[in-house]
Amino acid sequence: MGLGSIASRALRSNTLRPGHTNLLRRSIVTTTELRNAEAAQAQPETPPPDLPPRTPVAGARVHFPNPEDAIEVFVDGYPVKIPKGMTVLQACEIAGVDIPRFCYHSRLSIAGNCRMCLVEVEKSPKPVASCAMPALPGMKIKTDTPLAKKAREGVMEFLLMNHPLDCPICDQGGECDLQDQSMAFGSDRGRFTETKRSVVDKNLGPLVKTVMTRCIQCTRCVRFATEIAGVQDLGMLGRGSGEEIGTYVEKLMTSELSGNVIDICPVGALTSKPFAFKARNWELKGTESIDVTDAVGSNIRIDSRGPEVMRVVPRLNEDINEEWISDKTRFFYDGLKRQRLNDPMIRGPDGRFKAVSWRDALAVVAEVIHQVKADEIVGVAGKLSDAESMMALKDFLNKMGSNNVLCEGNGPNPNADLRSGYIMNTSISGLENADVFLLVGTQPRVEAAMVNARIRKTVRATQAKVGYVGPATDLNYDHEHLGTGPQTLSEIAKGSHPFSSTLMNAKNPCIIVGAGIFERDDKDAIFSVVEAIAERAKAVRPDWNGMNVLLLNAAQAAALDLGLVPESDKGIESSKFIYLMGADDVNLEKIPEDAFVVYQGHHGDRSVYRANVILPASAFSEKEGTYVNTEGCAQTTVPAVPTVGDARDDWKIVRALSEVAGVILPYDSLSAIRSRMKTVAPNLVNVDEREPATFSYSLKPESQQKISTTPFKAAVENFYMTDPITRASKVMAQCSALLSKK
Amino acid sequence: MLARLASQRLREIRQVIRQIPQTTRSLSTALNYHLDSPDNNPNNPWEFTEANKTKVKEILSHYPSNYKQSAVIPLLDLAQQQHGGWLPVSAMNEVAKIIEVAPIRVYEVATFYSMFNRTKVGKYHLLVCGTTPCMIRGSREIEEALLKHLGVKRNEVTKDGLFSVGEMECMGCCVNAPMITVADYSNGSEGYTYNYYEDLTPEKAVEIVEAFRRGEKPPRGTQNPKRINSGPEGGNTTLLGEPKPPPCRDLDAC
Ligand code: SF4
Ligand code: FES
Ligand code: FES
Repeated sequence: MGLGSIASRALRSNTLRPGHTNLLRRSIVTTTELRNAEAAQAQPETPPPDLPPRTPVAGARVHFPNPEDAIEVFVDGYPVKIPKGMTVLQACEIAGVDIPRFCYHSRLSIAGNCRMCLVEVEKSPKPVASCAMPALPGMKIKTDTPLAKKAREGVMEFLLMNHPLDCPICDQGGECDLQDQSMAFGSDRGRFTETKRSVVDKNLGPLVKTVMTRCIQCTRCVRFATEIAGVQDLGMLGRGSGEEIGTYVEKLMTSELSGNVIDICPVGALTSKPFAFKARNWELKGTESIDVTDAVGSNIRIDSRGPEVMRVVPRLNEDINEEWISDKTRFFYDGLKRQRLNDPMIRGPDGRFKAVSWRDALAVVAEVIHQVKADEIVGVAGKLSDAESMMALKDFLNKMGSNNVLCEGNGPNPNADLRSGYIMNTSISGLENADVFLLVGTQPRVEAAMVNARIRKTVRATQAKVGYVGPATDLNYDHEHLGTGPQTLSEIAKGSHPFSSTLMNAKNPCIIVGAGIFERDDKDAIFSVVEAIAERAKAVRPDWNGMNVLLLNAAQAAALDLGLVPESDKGIESSKFIYLMGADDVNLEKIPEDAFVVYQGHHGDRSVYRANVILPASAFSEKEGTYVNTEGCAQTTVPAVPTVGDARDDWKIVRALSEVAGVILPYDSLSAIRSRMKTVAPNLVNVDEREPATFSYSLKPESQQKISTTPFKAAVENFYMTDPITRASKVMAQCSALLSKK
Repeated sequence: MLARLASQRLREIRQVIRQIPQTTRSLSTALNYHLDSPDNNPNNPWEFTEANKTKVKEILSHYPSNYKQSAVIPLLDLAQQQHGGWLPVSAMNEVAKIIEVAPIRVYEVATFYSMFNRTKVGKYHLLVCGTTPCMIRGSREIEEALLKHLGVKRNEVTKDGLFSVGEMECMGCCVNAPMITVADYSNGSEGYTYNYYEDLTPEKAVEIVEAFRRGEKPPRGTQNPKRINSGPEGGNTTLLGEPKPPPCRDLDAC
């Protein structure tokens, strides 16, 4: 809740109700008048006709599942229509009244234990906790009366009794609900003169810092851990004034979503450990961008101060990440400051790198590329490449006569023809409609934590069944481990497996295939078995498409959209010139001894050891780039901080190189390259809109491959370290040392 | 000049602070978190005894099979009786396993209720009522006498492991205030008793302790020989006749 909105509300009520201006001062009200229902009723009830329409708080929307269920309530005299079953607090939100609250959170269960949301309801003898009270037809809710105001002041006084009031040294200061709400709704003094209590701080691991004395016992963190993160570690211990949040036994919070408790804690009890005492939040510049550490494309805000990324926080996007992000997304940013490449470099005869000018570096590359045969040129785009740079790389190498451009993680022989064959057709939010999941060779918890959170949400809400085929893993919801290899799939397809009947009876079956399978030799065979299962279970219908692929990297979907498909799968082994564009997970052993390797990227990671020339590029936080997430939604990053040193945007480097090499690419602005992209894959420029795939696998030719019996492998070994940036991050290193389950 | 002013101000502030009596918080239960010790850590094996296992089954049968967690309090109580009056972490873990919830859910319950002891207590755990009626009738003196007699602090166990003294809030016996409760764990969960000793004086309380030490079981209830249960001293003084039936209804007719 912003202070601004509260202030403007206060102002508005000030100007609109001249008769009630005394409410804004701290007035002493006689209780007889308050309690007296007749007196309240005697007041004229008609709302002043000149009231401007109020806008719902934070764009709250009402959705009526069936119109007969609409009821009308009155909030401060305004009639509002709401669906049955909404709470009083939600009704007030729709009426444009922001009710102060601490424990209520729209995505968590209702606890009703902070009492900050008290409002007056006509004919009710006491103020009611609006978050826990269902709205009833014709209810007359009053949020601005002296009684409501006094109730809030009282609650606030109690909350502040044991609160240390250490805002000057608190990292939450400036974005603290308690601070804002005590300014807006609290009294200006308290009457408590005893000593305050203090609580021992808990060690929750390398990510969440605790100052438990500040806790106001709202239990949001406990509910988050139990309901969303699925790790039952946190609890409310003790009672009365001895009550505290903790784990009782010494235990770290081993969840991939633990960072979100920092956001939901309304006070400074749980704050970010890596960000502790680094900056005050009002010094930060927020840039709305997206995350590239996995294929989900979570919406984030990059908070920076000067040239430094200070922290990453989530942005609301109901379709992708709701309002959560994974710990990797939230805390990997310190990797952006380490091991950066800032100058073009050439490896001298002595094996050491020498910093050179861009002109020299590009000249060397251009010279070498002209000396090799066209089919010995290979380009590899890395996990974090944006669509623009992949387009430029593909165009450039095509102009050089080579068609060997591939993207890491897509395997030697990807299927780029049918878009439905590599995106999540159900869409991430659509997963909530599924009632049976079949996970094939994918561990969503480490591959795409936000998709996993969706599955968990669905499983919790609707008791959806989950079957899992793959190596033993720790999914944080009930699931049935069906098997480890492709034979299980064949059994399900044939109907001889008990799970196939579950699948058959499902209304909306959802099959999710992990992108780790792309690397297998029998990939096509596995896909045809999975398609057979989908066929049997009627998973692909006009009204439901339950056939999904869960990608691993941010670049994968765009690469396939752009057709980054290698001509031959032996490309790398027989190459003489390799252009690695941020590709650090290629098998370096496969690169021939005499090949010339150009590494263009932002981190001195694995491939740098093999590179002959290094071209420094900017990271995702420093450039504008288009990424397509696993459900096929194109989104763009926005530069938040300046690039380091002499680094340049990836596509600009390729464009400059093309000029030096004499095969000029015809675009030299972002809009020009985007219109080029549009000709190849129009969905890439439809930013923020999910483009569903039109044709399903039915167009695919029969596969003649034989299925092998090798069990599926885990695609992600270490959740915290998957790409050059996370591998450079100290925090991620700590996490993988302390939290990864071995 | 400034320095003098400052130091004077400081002295004033100190004085003000000194005047505020230092309130010491005494919480009746121990810490709200667990510290590993040799006799209390999650690696110690812990199991219900065979006899208690049947009791566990009995208890679980009171609840629907999908609401096993409802049995948490009776099971913790049983575990506490079996373990000499206190609950080590491993016992709580065992209970969590039986009712199929995360251990933290059991810890939450065990820390909430002050009758679950999470640190060692004596074989006879003496709980002095500290709520207003008993306090007015002298519970503080009783506690003092007990502590002095046993030579321990509150929530500390005597060297021989026999006694410990704790505090409790009102146990509903105010009419016979002051009172103490003795939780007797000396005979495991079979011989477990939880008795009230009422109308005490400091001397009486010490006598009772001594009786326990000798292995006797002093009679529970009021220690004032002139009273019967909670009746007034020396017999009834009011309500001497038969109570009148309610005026509006003919009880015999129904
Ligand atoms: S730590 Fe924060 S979120 Fe958790 S109960 Fe305390 S105030 Fe609420
Ligand atoms: S928000 Fe309603 S009680 Fe906390
Ligand atoms: S006050 Fe001691 S029993 Fe009620």
